[in-house]
Amino acid sequence: MEIVINGLAHQVADGISLDQAVLLITSSATGIAAAVNGDVVRRATWPSTRLAPGDQIEVMTAVQGG
Amino acid sequence: MEDALADDPFVLAGQKFGSRLIMGTGGAPSLEVLSRALAASGTELTTVAMRRLDPSSSGSVLDVLAARGIKVLPNTAGCFTAAEAVRTARLAAEALGTTWVKLEVIADERTLLPDPLELLDAAEQLVAEGFTVLPYTSDDPVIAGRLEQAGCAAVMPLGAPIGSGLGIRNPHNIELMVQGASVPVILDAGIGTASDAAIAMELGCAAVLLATAVTRSRNPELMASAMRSAVIAGRLAFRAGRIPQRRYALASSPSVTS
Repeated sequence: MEIVINGLAHQVADGISLDQAVLLITSSATGIAAAVNGDVVRRATWPSTRLAPGDQIEVMTAVQGG
Repeated sequence: MEDALADDPFVLAGQKFGSRLIMGTGGAPSLEVLSRALAASGTELTTVAMRRLDPSSSGSVLDVLAARGIKVLPNTAGCFTAAEAVRTARLAAEALGTTWVKLEVIADERTLLPDPLELLDAAEQLVAEGFTVLPYTSDDPVIAGRLEQAGCAAVMPLGAPIGSGLGIRNPHNIELMVQGASVPVILDAGIGTASDAAIAMELGCAAVLLATAVTRSRNPELMASAMRSAVIAGRLAFRAGRIPQRRYALASSPSVTS
């Protein structure tokens, strides 16, 4: 199935979990947060969050600013 | 001077800070330059922005702050609606483990002026969720009062538009905000050079937040040091109380005939 991570399409296995999806773009364990279709998903629930085709995932971190 | 500062901590949302200079991290040419400038500034609280993770980027501003022992303050820069700002604050809390947020909801890219209605809406939502909300606001004492009523831990008026370096365009309004507020007033945005920061403190602001004036100066480390001194000088002058301004001279030496 296809999901979108930070604006880029990725082909992934059906029913992939959010923590597996995040691993596709980073192995960083700290300083990141993720939202699925605009809703922030608590880190503790990433493994149990199953993604569906077309899901939009945003993986965010802190950058210089302000 | 250290003694004069020791009994005058900056208390924000119940937390004490020795420095009244809050730094931003935007605009620095490199993390190395930023790190040295932050050290020179003496800051204990520094903002970062939240953006999409870029797998190709190396080094993190978070590592710089951690190495310097500086508390991180995420902002919601780039948000145009309350909904975007609330989501960004939630993401920041999740990523950084802090419920403090510098709340920015801007109206347009050209001026980067705050949208007061979206800002108040976002502030109310985030306060209800338990966030410590530090709103970047226009220099309007009425909106500042509304933000305080909404439960914000401070109000952070602009002196001039972000990055403009125009200084404090309406010192009278800043003074009114200081007189009317029971939460700290933090001058945020518009600082161009050290004297601007000193004036903010002389007006009674509890702290100054700045970034561009340091990070885009010719020598960020030196300017950070200047800002540190300016904030201290301005605070001491505010506490000491300036003399009244007079139209004519008042001799400081005794008369020759007395």
